[in-house]
Amino acid sequence: MKLITAIIKPFKLDDVKAAIEHAGITGMTVSEASGYGRQRGHTEVYRGAEYRIDLVPKVRIELVVDDSQVDDLLDRIVDAARTDRIGDGKIWVTTLDDVVRVRTGEHGPGAI
Amino acid sequence: MTVNSGDTAWVIMSGALVLLMTPGLALFYGGMVRAKSVINMMLMSLISITVVSVLWALFGYSLAFGHGSQWLGPLHLGGLGDLVRTLTDNGGTQPVPALAFAMFQLTFAIVTVALVSGAIADRARFAAWTVFAALWCTIVYLPVAHWVFDLGQVTAGRVTGEGVLAAHGLLDFAGGTAVEVNAGIAGLALAIVLGPRVGFRREPMRPHSIPLVVIGVGLLWFGWFGFNAGSALGANGLAAVVLLNTQLAGAAGIGGWLLVERWRDGRPTGLGAASGAVAGLVAITPACGYITPTASLAVGAVAGVLSAFAIGLKYRFAVDDSLDLVGVHFVGGVWGTLAIGLFATRVVNPAGGDGLFHGGGTGLLGHQAVGVLAVLAYSFVATTLIARLIDRTIGFRIPRDAEVEGVDFTEHAETAYELDTRTGSGSFLAGHHTPGGRA
Repeated sequence: MKLITAIIKPFKLDDVKAAIEHAGITGMTVSEASGYGRQRGHTEVYRGAEYRIDLVPKVRIELVVDDSQVDDLLDRIVDAARTDRIGDGKIWVTTLDDVVRVRTGEHGPGAI
Repeated sequence: MTVNSGDTAWVIMSGALVLLMTPGLALFYGGMVRAKSVINMMLMSLISITVVSVLWALFGYSLAFGHGSQWLGPLHLGGLGDLVRTLTDNGGTQPVPALAFAMFQLTFAIVTVALVSGAIADRARFAAWTVFAALWCTIVYLPVAHWVFDLGQVTAGRVTGEGVLAAHGLLDFAGGTAVEVNAGIAGLALAIVLGPRVGFRREPMRPHSIPLVVIGVGLLWFGWFGFNAGSALGANGLAAVVLLNTQLAGAAGIGGWLLVERWRDGRPTGLGAASGAVAGLVAITPACGYITPTASLAVGAVAGVLSAFAIGLKYRFAVDDSLDLVGVHFVGGVWGTLAIGLFATRVVNPAGGDGLFHGGGTGLLGHQAVGVLAVLAYSFVATTLIARLIDRTIGFRIPRDAEVEGVDFTEHAETAYELDTRTGSGSFLAGHHTPGGRA
């Protein structure tokens, strides 16, 4: 079992969500995030004063999936989220020890 | 003398219009500060309504508009009750009830005091600001209003009892000097006494809501029609040209500011448009009753350009004039007052004058400059003394920790926005506050 965490541009959420649904994944957790990578934020100008805003808005998607689904999903997410411009985001994969479905108490891959 | 119901109705209505400018200013200023200090910013405007209204009834109107010396009206502590059946004209063509005029001018005093608060965003003790509002209104605004706005009485064709600057030939239709230069330079003095905010010139201090700024500027603009056209003190041809001039200068101010932004910063901004409107409206305030509509377009556009450049000066001089009292109100007020010396024509207002461009020579320009310098010098010195007195006695600034946490919470125990939809993030304590009780 793996946890896929994808940090993407907010306006790409709908595309990525559709791509994930196409892959047959039935659930996800989405949260607002802010941060920066190599692009180091952006600049805004108010009454002539220029500010560098380090923390730019991002969306964080978290998915718990079976090992066999990981490669296919990563391809789909990358395809959907990519704009080829700086700041497109990052995806990382984490191995999970266990997963529990709260309603039934099931453990392991059956709880995904 | 009998009153003319049309004139009286317009002055009464204008008082209501101008009062709306203060809540409008609260929104304009409130949107420009960070989310942690928007309530404090708005309350500094709202408490000005209370402080100035009380002073006005007790002695303010009397000091500003009572006919005494050229420098200050007489001190009648009896309040406004004596004026119930009195009429006044104060430069208007027809008399209106003195209380309609008193209400109208009260709203000027309120918004002028409230304007000053923009220089000290995020960092003032509310009690100190309240004391400042009372002292500044009494010591600075009331005398200056008397010098500029008290146009005296006409008896047998001769004007007597004018304020000193009005008598000296200053033309200031609705307050370029008494309101804009006065509040603008007072803001600079106050910002110098209080010192810059924590993080000034280091941290980004982005306006937290441009939409609030735009709502605020809409209300200000609407109220400004009363401010300027109401100053004709009658529903007449002069009020009509003033109304149109006000509109044109505000519109041109937006254009001037946005052109500078497009050229200098690459993109026109929402805050720039709102600021440009105010710059144009500020500049036309003194000039609106003396110049043509075409000249008003020029005055407004130049004001937008000048202010768009002037707002950067505070970073160079390291003075945290937080919401640009100098860049917008002082610069716009000075420009608009001097512009009368260029553009004024008796074709618009026979009681006005002729400026440089209308064959009047430089005489009027000189009178205008003297008026600006007098108000600038008096306001800067008196404001500095008042602010230092308050700072030495009760303290003007909140502690550094409180400023970092946010003045809304530390001074008012309130936060402006509750955007969290989750429950269970706190609990109800009591239907009434129990001092020293549960915390």
